Amino acid sequence: MYTTEETTLANLPLGRRGIVKSLDAEGIIRRRLLDLGLIPGTVVEPIRKSPAGDPIAFKIRGAVIALRLEEGHRVCVRPL
Amino acid sequence: MGLTYQRSAKRVLRANFVNSPASDYIVALAGNPNTGKSTVFNALTGLKQHTGNWPGKTVIQAYGNYRYKGKMITLVDLPGTYSLFTNSPEEEVARDFICFGEPDVTIVVVDATCLERNLNFVLQVMEITPKTIMCLNLIDEARRRNIHIDYKKLQDKLGVPVIPTAARNGEGLNQLKDTVNRLASGLICPNPRQLRYEDSIEKTIEELAAELIPTLQDRINKRWIALRLIEGDYSVIASIKKYLGSSTFKEEFEYGTDTPRMGCFK
Repeated sequence: MYTTEETTLANLPLGRRGIVKSLDAEGIIRRRLLDLGLIPGTVVEPIRKSPAGDPIAFKIRGAVIALRLEEGHRVCVRPL
Repeated sequence: MGLTYQRSAKRVLRANFVNSPASDYIVALAGNPNTGKSTVFNALTGLKQHTGNWPGKTVIQAYGNYRYKGKMITLVDLPGTYSLFTNSPEEEVARDFICFGEPDVTIVVVDATCLERNLNFVLQVMEITPKTIMCLNLIDEARRRNIHIDYKKLQDKLGVPVIPTAARNGEGLNQLKDTVNRLASGLICPNPRQLRYEDSIEKTIEELAAELIPTLQDRINKRWIALRLIEGDYSVIASIKKYLGSSTFKEEFEYGTDTPRMGCFK
């Protein structure tokens, strides 16, 4: 998968970095994602998947944070 | 006689959180997960609170004491969180303690190797209390990775003391203890940089804060509570009732129809 078309964070293959374009969330979920450092322009890398594929661990601004698919799908990214 | 109203009220409020009447100062230890809060805690108190690298390790706050220059200081180890806007029980514990426990000092432990991601939390704490110290931990690890931090400049920009430490080998801890004492006793009064919001939000904050005076009097940061109300974070009202026992909290705050929603980060 070497497309550079926008997708969601949860669809990014392991090891493929992406840049956050926008958040498709409101209220408390939006707040949460922003607090975790997912601000437009942030570079994120999926580094590990749990056996069931949910959650996925991402490297975000120097910390490894696991997100559920539900959350991961709300973050629009452009693969780098 | 003896205790003033404010002082005794503060004691009662604190008794909700820490049962340590002998201590002179109560100090909260907050920060993102994995920044070494528990290591700082152990290094200061000499206790062996379990340290470990997994989320949610410190859900129930632990506390311990140390002595410095004749003062007894009770240190409260709060759970690591990325935010104080309650999405989880840990965040609520941390927020309620910093806001309603009214610690004499709040130390925010940050990881010097990824400073940027920690600053969000530092700003959130500074918004609640000016009595904040930033403990720039893991400074040895940062040096090893060739990360240079101009902490004097950082201190000027933030308006709160910044103390570089490497808790696992004791570096900087004396300076940290000293700063805690000076801040708690009022020898230094930080002037933290305050976030300013759009004019319309600032105006609403002012109005709400004025309305909050009868309920909160001179306790708790009214600007901060007003901001939470604007955001629609009703858990903060629940906490006010829980810790202040305020039955006078106006119903219209809770069920206001034109409460602006969280949208300021669009």
